[in-house]
Amino acid sequence: MKAFKIFTLAAATSLAALVAAAPARAVEIEYWQYIFDARIKAMDVLIDNFQKANPDITVKQSTFPYADYRTKVAAAIPAGEGPDVVQLFYGWLNDYVQADLIQPLPAANFPADKIEAEFFPMVRAMKIDGNYMALPTAVRSLALFYNKRMFAEAGIEAPPANLDELVAMAAKMTTKDGAGNITAEGMTSGMTAQDHHWFREVLLRQFGATPYSDDNKTVTYNSEAGVKALEFYADLEMKHGVTASTFMDEPQAAFKAGRAGMHIDGSFRIGALKDTRGLDWGVAELPAGPDGIKSNYASYWVNAITTKAEGEKYDASVKFMEYITSDEAMQVWLDTVGELPAKPSAAMTAANLADPVFGPFVAGLGYATTTVFADESAQRQVMVDAVSRMSLEGQSAAASLAAAAVAEQAILDGYYK
Amino acid sequence: MNTYRNLSIRQKQVVWAWGFLALPILFYVVIRFYPTANAIVLSFQSWNLLGPREWVGLENYEKLWNDPVFWKVFKNTFVYLILGTPISLVLSFVIAYHLDKTRLLHGTLRALYFLPFLTSTVAMAWVWRWFYQPVPIGLFNNFLASMGISQISFLNSTTNALPSILIPAIWAGLGFQIIIFMAGLRAIPTSYYEAARIDGVSSWTILSEITLPLLKPTIVFLVVFSSIGFLRIFDQVFNMTTNNPGGPLDSTKPLVLMIYQTAFSSFDMGYAAAQTVVLFAILLVVSLLQLRILRDKP
Repeated sequence: MKAFKIFTLAAATSLAALVAAAPARAVEIEYWQYIFDARIKAMDVLIDNFQKANPDITVKQSTFPYADYRTKVAAAIPAGEGPDVVQLFYGWLNDYVQADLIQPLPAANFPADKIEAEFFPMVRAMKIDGNYMALPTAVRSLALFYNKRMFAEAGIEAPPANLDELVAMAAKMTTKDGAGNITAEGMTSGMTAQDHHWFREVLLRQFGATPYSDDNKTVTYNSEAGVKALEFYADLEMKHGVTASTFMDEPQAAFKAGRAGMHIDGSFRIGALKDTRGLDWGVAELPAGPDGIKSNYASYWVNAITTKAEGEKYDASVKFMEYITSDEAMQVWLDTVGELPAKPSAAMTAANLADPVFGPFVAGLGYATTTVFADESAQRQVMVDAVSRMSLEGQSAAASLAAAAVAEQAILDGYYK
Repeated sequence: MNTYRNLSIRQKQVVWAWGFLALPILFYVVIRFYPTANAIVLSFQSWNLLGPREWVGLENYEKLWNDPVFWKVFKNTFVYLILGTPISLVLSFVIAYHLDKTRLLHGTLRALYFLPFLTSTVAMAWVWRWFYQPVPIGLFNNFLASMGISQISFLNSTTNALPSILIPAIWAGLGFQIIIFMAGLRAIPTSYYEAARIDGVSSWTILSEITLPLLKPTIVFLVVFSSIGFLRIFDQVFNMTTNNPGGPLDSTKPLVLMIYQTAFSSFDMGYAAAQTVVLFAILLVVSLLQLRILRDKP
């Protein structure tokens, strides 16, 4: 019996020595994101660079289909498996924090004042109780895509600087058949695509309204200015007849097919348009509002350290987070994915601003705001329905916007209760 | 092993029977009954897929009762059923009845009718979605425009959208119903028809007195089967309205689509489970009622 005890003791000691020796060798941390080819490629490059600089750390990237992503993350982390650093959509942050899936970034490495000085202001949505929970590598903004051939045919020289010019130019480019059916539209429209962002963060602000209260818990757009903004949007189709939301099924399809003069979309559309044969397109900043106000909407994916990361894995994760939020990583991301750097110092470089494609998006970032969504698709549906009620049921803009505000407030109340 | 050896042959047979039955029973318990029970429990909880589940009592059902969208969706679901089932049954019976009498190209015709049933619903829904588009890409509207008739808003209309989606759904299910009807028709002994013809009765009487009564089991099966299908309609609606799911203004949204959205885009799993329980109850009641009404009178 005694011999056995000694044996166990010896075994335990040598095992402990083995474990203690391990840190000298590699630490492996795991990184998760959903499947999107360009992002996986960009992350592979970043991981390579990071591992060269930190030979004692290896990063393993795992990817999952978008549809399963949330469930996988939710199941893995509480079980002590899965990622140490995870990518999530900025709109999901509250859910992840409440479910205790991610931990705050250490203030020593990511001081709040430094982040606020270096990153674009919209990143402040990632601060909870004074701590930054997550940070983006890249951000996306909106811009106006225009069809150069249609512009030339209509004799238009430069893209519209303001909303009045937008309507006038769209009217010039719209063509109709004998029965009055649109065969090419001046501009695309559809709240189902990116227009609900254009309306929320751009048109509403340009007409003098604010979409939400500062704490994002109250809808504040049901005002006279809000009604004017909605009227402007709905009039594009109903009064000016320069667009049809159902034209060619989807706005981006109409633009891609060369049947639309102008199209508002995000920087992620660049990739899809780049290889379109016969389409000669350009990009411009979103047109300014009646008082010259410029506004834009930005969204982003962030990276965060999960609650699973502890000890040396935590330290390695912090290092990795520092690297993937560096200027260098942001440039890699821009070159590989086409998403814009999240810091002005990396984004607003002379080269990026002068770039004919990225330039307008980068410029837009300077004055962009972001919506803190509770349920993005449900809130989008509110905007879709607001316009449908006007076009299909003849409701007035005021009544429709009031109903939309009630419906959206109910979504927010349900979420923040 | 000794206990097994001591059993009588009859008892051994019972042991083997249960041994074989245990497999499907286990399978059903694990992948059917357990999730069903779990869903019922979940309908009394609040869960966003990430955090822990919390008990909320009847809150989800209360929310459902007060949700105007739910009542609209409830109505839509029954419109799909009330229009879909009779139309598809009458159509498929008429086709099967005449196809049964056709000798020329019988096999080819039957295959043609069955073909849509074999096609992927998603592909079919998208093709129809493009058919319905306004000019310049919609087939139907291009045809109307070329005839000088004004366009019809098939999908972007609160009144036309639901029937427009129902048509391809009916068409897709037709092939299966025709095959079942034809099998039913073939199963009726020809001697009845011969006797009727000797008696000189009209073909209408033959249809109403011989064919239809003897087809009753087939009809009961198809009514129940197609009702469940229309109450659970999802693929056609979802694929034909992906930009504005169930729209415009929820005019085409069936219950299953609402459940899907609540669960997988709003991540409100408890509320979605409550809707699922209601759908389950509706399916159960409708099926039991149909079986009761259509069952043979004693």
